[in-house]
Amino acid sequence: MSKALNAMILPMLAVLLLAACAPAELAVLRLATTTSTADSGLLQAILPSFKEAFNARVDVVAVGTGQAIELGQNGDADVILVHARAREDEFVAAGYGLARSDVMYNDYLVVGPQADPAGIQGLATAAEAVAAIAVAKAPFASRGDDSGTHTKELSIWTLEPSPDQGWYLSLGQGMGETLQFANESGAYTLADRGTYLAQRENLPDLIILFGGESIAENPDAKLYNPYGVIPVNPELHEGIQAELAQQFVEWLTSVETQEQIGAYGVDRYGQPLFYPDSEPYRQAHP
Amino acid sequence: MQLAAPSFLADLAEIVLLTIRVTGVALAAATLLGVPVGALMAFSRFPGRRLLVAVIYTGMGLPPVVVGLVVYLALSRSGPLGTLGWLFTPAAMTVAQTVIALPLVIGLTMTGLEAVDPQLRLQLRALGADRRQESWAMLGEARSAVIAAVVAGFGGIISEVGAAMLVGGNIEGQTRVLSTAIVLGTRMGEYSLALALGGILLALAFLVNIVFIRLQHRPPWWLGR
Repeated sequence: MSKALNAMILPMLAVLLLAACAPAELAVLRLATTTSTADSGLLQAILPSFKEAFNARVDVVAVGTGQAIELGQNGDADVILVHARAREDEFVAAGYGLARSDVMYNDYLVVGPQADPAGIQGLATAAEAVAAIAVAKAPFASRGDDSGTHTKELSIWTLEPSPDQGWYLSLGQGMGETLQFANESGAYTLADRGTYLAQRENLPDLIILFGGESIAENPDAKLYNPYGVIPVNPELHEGIQAELAQQFVEWLTSVETQEQIGAYGVDRYGQPLFYPDSEPYRQAHP
Repeated sequence: MQLAAPSFLADLAEIVLLTIRVTGVALAAATLLGVPVGALMAFSRFPGRRLLVAVIYTGMGLPPVVVGLVVYLALSRSGPLGTLGWLFTPAAMTVAQTVIALPLVIGLTMTGLEAVDPQLRLQLRALGADRRQESWAMLGEARSAVIAAVVAGFGGIISEVGAAMLVGGNIEGQTRVLSTAIVLGTRMGEYSLALALGGILLALAFLVNIVFIRLQHRPPWWLGR
């Protein structure tokens, strides 16, 4: 056996040993959330302090908002963190979830090819921008996957486009894949700012055409993207970690965690990826 | 999952070990179930056999996402097996991968055994072998094909991502395997990381296949001859 192999075995054994010695009685909270909160690295950055404070592990299942809500309805998650306000309210109204709390927000933007064939740069609202794309019949890549971003996109169109119009491309893919598609095929798309910033270096042919370089420059309030957290109703299914879910909500909305959220990404992207917006945070920063 | 993180190597080892564990257990289960069933199918004649063969061949093309969805619906808290609490655990991934590999192992074992010279069987009977000895000797004769069946099952699940994502959830430190980590790396725009993980997955598959090829050519005593 080679030296290199020998050198690898010890660390591997050490890992196995560590894994075997890990405390077993750690409580587990299952969080169903959107890909944007997980893929941006935010959760990875803030969750360790929850684990420390409550001696509980958070299992993050990152899926589209539609699937996250479905997981909550089926009792397969203890708490959900999503971004599709109307659907969150429905979820609570239908009794699947307990109270919804504000957590944070960022915004959406329209990105597209530098040449901007539909001439949307400088328009006043997102509705005008997508209308110009429709008039020019310029390719537009839609998530088409029932996600929070897809829901938002559908709410912006005044005349809902259909896929058989040729220029409207419903991909059924995640944000990263959709941005990549737009980059390669010279299409416009609606993206959340966090994912776009995180992926920007892989998207050389896309520029921000509507929404400005930061949330402060975004001219359209309709592109506001709020995230809410909702504990799953423990009465509908066996085994929901109701108490831990409540503690998670309190922790996530606490001023301390909120400040961590607001600081995340500033060093790497020059601006926060998410802006804190919980009730306790707003009270502390009126 | 960032390259710069000091715990990166430990995370990677964890992902690789879980991949080996889930795929290994699933493959062992599919082999232990699939080879006897495949042998039974090859050696017996009964009404409806052709239909069953067609079902098994169709199963060889089962889309992993469909398997994942069915396993999800079964293991969900609102599903029939929800009380097991297996959803989003390696157990759920193992179940899904076993279902994906099983038709491959059964179907290819069956065709491999059918290709063995029927004369051998008559000779074995003439030598006074009982049914069990006869089957075992036939399996030994078709060893290469049976191992190829297991290899096909392995190839079908080691890189499978649809079911692993759906029923495992790609939870960091819990259910993240190489294939789902590659998807995550791609989604996060960490292409070099995703490619590196792809290289590790291929290297792992290569090593395992070397072992299988060795078994084909120089079998240990417990595989006969």
